[in-house]
Amino acid sequence: MAERIFSWLIMVCALLVVAALLWVLSDVVLQGAAHFSWQFLFDAPTDAGRGGGIAPILVSTLWLLLIALTVALPLGLGVAIWLSEFASSNSRFANSTGITLDILAGVPSIVYGLFGNAFFSIYLGLGFSLLSGGLTLACMILPVFVRTCEVGLRTVSNDWRRGALALGMTRSTAIWHILLPAARPAIVAGLILSIGRATAETAALLFTSGYVDRMPGSLLDSGRALAVHIYDLAMNVTGGDGAAYASALVLVTLIIVLNTLAQSLVDSWFKRRLVLA
Amino acid sequence: MNRLKERSYTLGEIEQGKPCCVPQPHLQIQDLTVGYGAKTVLSQVSLDIYQGCITALIGPSGCGKTSFLSSLNRLSDHHADAHVSGKILFDGQDLLHDPVDTLKLRRRIGMIFQKPNPFPLSIWRNLELPLKEHGVRDRNVRHHKIEQALKDVGLWDEVSDRLHSSAMALSGGQQQRLCIARALVLEPEILLMDEPCSALDPIASAVVEELILRLRGRYTVVIVTHNLAQARRVANYAGFFWMTERVGQLVEFGQCQHLFEAPTHALTAAYISGARG
Ligand SMILES: Nc1ncnc2c1ncn2[C@@H]1O[C@H](COP(=O)(O)OP(=O)(O)OP(=O)(O)O)[C@@H](O)[C@H]1O
Ligand SMILES: [Mg+2]
Repeated sequence: MAERIFSWLIMVCALLVVAALLWVLSDVVLQGAAHFSWQFLFDAPTDAGRGGGIAPILVSTLWLLLIALTVALPLGLGVAIWLSEFASSNSRFANSTGITLDILAGVPSIVYGLFGNAFFSIYLGLGFSLLSGGLTLACMILPVFVRTCEVGLRTVSNDWRRGALALGMTRSTAIWHILLPAARPAIVAGLILSIGRATAETAALLFTSGYVDRMPGSLLDSGRALAVHIYDLAMNVTGGDGAAYASALVLVTLIIVLNTLAQSLVDSWFKRRLVLA
Repeated sequence: MNRLKERSYTLGEIEQGKPCCVPQPHLQIQDLTVGYGAKTVLSQVSLDIYQGCITALIGPSGCGKTSFLSSLNRLSDHHADAHVSGKILFDGQDLLHDPVDTLKLRRRIGMIFQKPNPFPLSIWRNLELPLKEHGVRDRNVRHHKIEQALKDVGLWDEVSDRLHSSAMALSGGQQQRLCIARALVLEPEILLMDEPCSALDPIASAVVEELILRLRGRYTVVIVTHNLAQARRVANYAGFFWMTERVGQLVEFGQCQHLFEAPTHALTAAYISGARG
């Protein structure tokens, strides 16, 4: 009897979550589709975003993401490899790095925005620019990416490490050809989390990449991210609801497309090394 | 301690008709002591490993057999708090004190583990990766060596039609033989086997045992096993480890037949008759 109630409760939880998700999603899709047209993707915004489209905003968003990922992925993978493969488990430095990362992962993004503004925009003199914004995003996604990859590497069986060493392989070969491919699911998960967080970010970008909605001419120009655009339309522009929903629809689609792309890229890259069991 | 040393050698004449067992030391181990942190787990072990022969090491759990094996190919280097002292003479060098290229050393002294640990790659890649790592550039040479190694372990007929599918899909016994092939493909001189059959079912275990017997003469084999009958069947020499006050020691070493039929030490006699095993 208790067993029955338990499984019902679990069912209800699952249903509630799915229902909430569907509700949000259908709201975005229905309301967004009403305002959406293909032209919306290729036009510049007019009348504070009430009219026109989001072309420059889409371009800025992609640039921000590109900068953030280009910086964060190699760096993050490096730190993760160091933490799981090279740092000894009782090294003070490694442990404090880990704790710092955990704290940083929980810091609200507005704090990253303030830091990015002080450091990249003012101290390094990058001003309000895509570069400042992208680098700030990189800082923001790094902790989660590192921790996900690190955990993934740590769960890779030690038998393979010992096996590789016993065959006289260097550690770099073992990492590159065996451990990283074996940690692939975690790396993909980290990547997806990172893309999602970076694409949906507003607070960290307000003070770093700014909210100029013109087409950026270079990485040192200010640019408005899609999420900032939605925020602005919803909060500051009366009559901007339609455009806000249409932009939200684009944002959701963009994240789905990017995630699928990231997954298949990583998969195909690793598949050449690894035969998945 | 002195009493123990006097007894270390109880070698008699080599059995006639087994030309593989020329009693020429391939590895000479002198006063080998292994510890982890402040704890000594193996103390003052001295014995010779004879070329082309199979040497079986027996003894209760935790008496340091694995620690002993891992010192021989310097895998112990990779345990952060392990310390190894004494001498291991191999090919005119002291492996513990002379500058040794451990990567090259491990090509010459291969190791097989208790749990089969094929890499999560294809069967082919499992053998190709170590070859490439050791600079075998020529594709045809690699091809030839891989085929030969798979034939040596009797896997070729079983897997030649699925060389490029995952090694993880093989049965436990096949995986273990693949691991042996992976070691053999590097043409080692010595094979260290740490309970190679204990994770296998009786039939697979018998197949691997037969394979080990076929290695006699071509390779020098050191095998740790808890299966006394197996030790008796395959080995030319046998060593018996025992723990006194939680420190492992070599109690008796000699020709396998002598050790099992006429042990000189009461502990050995008790252990092999099952009284205290
Ligand atoms: N990396 C390590 N760090 C600390 N202690 C260790 C380590 N490896 C082994 N030991 C300890 O050293 C002792 C000997 O271990 P070892 O694995 O060599 O024994 P063994 O004879 O191979 O045992 P078994 O037959 O169970 O495999 C044990 O008490 C074990 O707890
Ligand atoms: Mg052991």
